[in-house]
Amino acid sequence: MTKAPVRKPVPATRSTVSLKLLMAVTGLLLVAFLFAHMTGNLKLFVGPENFDHYAHWLRTLGTPLLPETWYLWIQRAGLTVALIGHIAAATILARRARKARPVRYAHRPKVQGSYAARTMRWGGVIVLLFVIYHILDLTTGTVNPAGGDSEPSARVIADFAPGRWYVTLFYTLAIVAVGLHLRHGIFSAVRTLGQRSPRGERRARQAALVLSLVLVIGYLSVPFAVLTGLVG
Amino acid sequence: MELWENGDPIRDEAAPDGPIETRWERRRFSAKLVNPANRRKLSVIVVGTGLAGGSAAATLAEAGYRVRSYCYQDSPRRAHSIAAQGGINAAKNYRNDGDSVYRLFYDTVKGGDFRARESNVYRLAEVSVNIIDQCVAQGVPFAREYGGLLDNRSFGGTQVSRTFYARGQTGQQLLLGAYQAMERQIAAGNIEMHARHEMLELIVVDGRARGIVVRDLVTGEITTDLADAVVLASGGYGNVFFLSTNAKGCNVTATWRAHRKGALFANPCYTQIHPTCIPESGTHQSKLTLMSESLRNDGRVWVPLSASDKRPPGDIPEDERDYYLERIYPSFGNLVPRDIASRAAKNVCDEGRGVGPGGLGVYLDFADAIERLGVKAVEAKYGNLFEMYQRITGEDPYQVPMRIYPAVHYTMGGLWVDYDLQSTIPGLFVIGEANFSDHGANRLGASALMQGLADGYFVLPNTINNYLAGGPFGDISDRPEVASALSSVESRVQKLLDVDGDRTVDSFHRELGHIMWEYCGMERTEEGLTKAIGLIRGLRDEFWTRVKVPGTGEQLNQNLEKAGRVADFFELAELMCIDALHRAESAGGHFRAESQTPDGEALRHDDEFSYVAAWAFSAEGRPTLHKEDLDFEYVHPSTRSYK
Amino acid sequence: MDIQVRVWRQDGPSDKGRMVSYDVKDISPDASFLEMLDVLNEKLILDGDDPVAFDHDCREGICGMCGMMINGVAHGPERATTTCQLHMRHFSDGDVIDVEPWRAAAFPVIKDLVVDRGAFDSIIQAGGYISAPTGTAPDAHATPVPKADADAAFEAATCIGCGACVAACPNGSSMLFTAAKVSHLGLLPQGQPERDSRVLDMIAAQDEAGFGGCTNAGECTTVCPKGIPLTLIGRLNADYRNALRKG
Repeated sequence: MTKAPVRKPVPATRSTVSLKLLMAVTGLLLVAFLFAHMTGNLKLFVGPENFDHYAHWLRTLGTPLLPETWYLWIQRAGLTVALIGHIAAATILARRARKARPVRYAHRPKVQGSYAARTMRWGGVIVLLFVIYHILDLTTGTVNPAGGDSEPSARVIADFAPGRWYVTLFYTLAIVAVGLHLRHGIFSAVRTLGQRSPRGERRARQAALVLSLVLVIGYLSVPFAVLTGLVG
Repeated sequence: MELWENGDPIRDEAAPDGPIETRWERRRFSAKLVNPANRRKLSVIVVGTGLAGGSAAATLAEAGYRVRSYCYQDSPRRAHSIAAQGGINAAKNYRNDGDSVYRLFYDTVKGGDFRARESNVYRLAEVSVNIIDQCVAQGVPFAREYGGLLDNRSFGGTQVSRTFYARGQTGQQLLLGAYQAMERQIAAGNIEMHARHEMLELIVVDGRARGIVVRDLVTGEITTDLADAVVLASGGYGNVFFLSTNAKGCNVTATWRAHRKGALFANPCYTQIHPTCIPESGTHQSKLTLMSESLRNDGRVWVPLSASDKRPPGDIPEDERDYYLERIYPSFGNLVPRDIASRAAKNVCDEGRGVGPGGLGVYLDFADAIERLGVKAVEAKYGNLFEMYQRITGEDPYQVPMRIYPAVHYTMGGLWVDYDLQSTIPGLFVIGEANFSDHGANRLGASALMQGLADGYFVLPNTINNYLAGGPFGDISDRPEVASALSSVESRVQKLLDVDGDRTVDSFHRELGHIMWEYCGMERTEEGLTKAIGLIRGLRDEFWTRVKVPGTGEQLNQNLEKAGRVADFFELAELMCIDALHRAESAGGHFRAESQTPDGEALRHDDEFSYVAAWAFSAEGRPTLHKEDLDFEYVHPSTRSYK
Repeated sequence: MDIQVRVWRQDGPSDKGRMVSYDVKDISPDASFLEMLDVLNEKLILDGDDPVAFDHDCREGICGMCGMMINGVAHGPERATTTCQLHMRHFSDGDVIDVEPWRAAAFPVIKDLVVDRGAFDSIIQAGGYISAPTGTAPDAHATPVPKADADAAFEAATCIGCGACVAACPNGSSMLFTAAKVSHLGLLPQGQPERDSRVLDMIAAQDEAGFGGCTNAGECTTVCPKGIPLTLIGRLNADYRNALRKG
């Protein structure tokens, strides 16, 4: 092919499409984790002991091949890398997008597509802040009333006690934000990975909606069960 | 005083004689070639990026010439070829229905009412088959059948199916093919593209076309560009009528400036008028939109019997309607050819029986078709056209009859060129709608796209070698002709700005359009044309004393662009009327009232007018007529009849 | 009908620009939006003001030259309609209509509503073609193309390059435009040899020209006058991934 490129090409690995691919893969990995995490949470409904037993099992997972808690740390490391990759790509793309549209319209356009799609960036930031709080609350116990040395179930039950309704409210808002993020995020990831038929698009949108709803309901069921005294 | 002078006859010296089937081959063989290594030393300017200009620029660049391309739009992809709907003819005979190069040649000569050159038309038919191959290879998504092969349809009443199409957007798809080929050459550094530039003068040095003067429409900067040859592919001049189906920017300036520099202008009065356009809706109207002629297959054309009948169409009973095409032409009815349908519509409107705003429209009624075939079937056939009509007029054609009116759509006239597509100025080549060559007095449907691409892809790239083989023609940048061309453009621009009168450019253009439509449109009379020439001259004088062009020349100034174009349209309009006046016969779409049969049909005068009228410019307003006689060795002139 | 338009006025690329209000009286509901601007301009000229510059050419919805934000929506309120095909009957007497140019870093404003869309041409230059020099073509019937592919290629090829997709995109992305061309050529057998390099090079050119990335927000397809579907972006993504994998 005889072709002289007129501009210096951007390396394909740093193109907007490649960055989107990175976001799609890391995002789907994080979604998979969210499902595993939710399954664990739901064990609280079987009984606090079952839930605590599951939490302990996670520490022993992989033994004796691996020393205790190694698997957990490997998973944490993997998730952290995925999260950093996701956020880094999102940040680069957001900055490019801002540079690409430096001037706003005087007449602000009304959203023609979906609001979920238009709130991905702020939604993502909210979700990130929530994740940090959530780790300090229920993983390390730093900000939890039951403290870091308590059993996991005790931390959950103390967290969402009726007197602390504002914590439940905060969790609810955060989980809804996660749901909105995923409602567009899952569809967008599938599209970025190459989904291209109109029927597939309908399915991908439906699947994104259903999966997000399942996650939101699954995650919210625990705090609300504690709040209403169903569990605890 | 005589309006014109008679000059010496001219001849097409480049055309080979002998058997018509081998003329093109022999011309290609006799034409000189340019060594590939020398082509880099030769530069060619191409003005216009439509089907002809785009394909020529790409092909010349592929051959190795240094090409510089100009268009007034913001991208070469927007040239008005893009709006062509119907399709492109090619003698592929894929349907095995008896088509052949000879038949396409025959149909085109006859369709042109025996006012085109046989040699050119034969070559057009011959290369038509290569065009389809070329376009398919480029990825033009022509309509296909379930077996994966190309679909064909019959178009414009031909008896064979030879029209290739891409839904209703054939022109768009063909143009994108040429545009993409161009962009590939731009990326390769073989074409230098100048969008948003307008050619305002031709530079002629030592009798050769050597360059152009252009204005950068964004900065207003006026510069010269010099080359070894200049190709004009600047399209037609239908906008002289103000309202036409042309794009708003289409203009005659490039060809008119060349004409002023010595290129002969041939058959300027040959314009094509299309019968099924959406009529004007008021004084704000800025252009007319064409609807496919296929509508006449099922729609019935009528007007009220009485001029005083102003009732809504639904309230007019059957016996008070005049289905005038069915009445006058019982055997062809609503399917009479374009020119006849157009003129009949004008006649009933002139009688005061026209419908809609301003009385300039006739009904095209689908009530019978809907009753006969059902809404579903009508929708399947014409759904998209009905939608387009409704979008523009706000009326639902399923409920009320459509209103249609003829509109100017294509101009067959243009700069005179020889068989090599070279004008009377050596080194100035003219291709596509800008030249006059292949359609005679009337163009067949689906032939415009064919001609544009034939010229650009296959004809010009072969014939221009013969000229360029004599080059390079040397450095002329210091020659006084270059500086004077530049300063003439500068002073002309300044003159337009300096008038600073009290009328807008558009108001003049609209008025000129009215004059042309009234007196030099579908029906012409000696009296009307004489009157029109007086009116045009008066209006032109008024233009130069009263026009108001706001702003300056050193910026994007769309009114300045328009003013320059309208100024040239005034001069062209006068020549069109003179040409129409001298041609005292009815040919093609042009009905000369003094030349008709006893039952009111067009009457050609082959004994007197079987020639191309090529006009030389005169600064005194008295152009000189040079006749090129037309010989018909293969297709013998006959009379059309549709009764 | 009488309306008021608030139009973005900007003398040149370096001018700051501002919205200016104009009353337009006695507009026919049958006038197109551009004809309404024509009427406004005729009045401005006679009043000694500078008329509003706007791009337009064919005025039948196919050349892609016209385009402006009308009340914040590219090409205005009618779906699948270019500005030139939008008619005033879709507005009401007394309306105030905001008119702004396309906004994107890759489409700098030249004057008023006129922007430079040359970046689209540079994307095509990077690979939006099939290399088929004139004269090299085999017979058109040498390679049959399944009708479904030919039809899908045609749908993608109807893009008019107006830039509404970029103007509407919150990221100023040209993905729908690029995807339309990648799909048009990638769906045809003739387009296969250059399929991988085409998508890589066109995306590189798109990034280089300063367009943003796609977030699948879908604003582009809703304003597209030719209804180019969002699924084509998925097709581009798949092609891109395949091309990356092959290196």
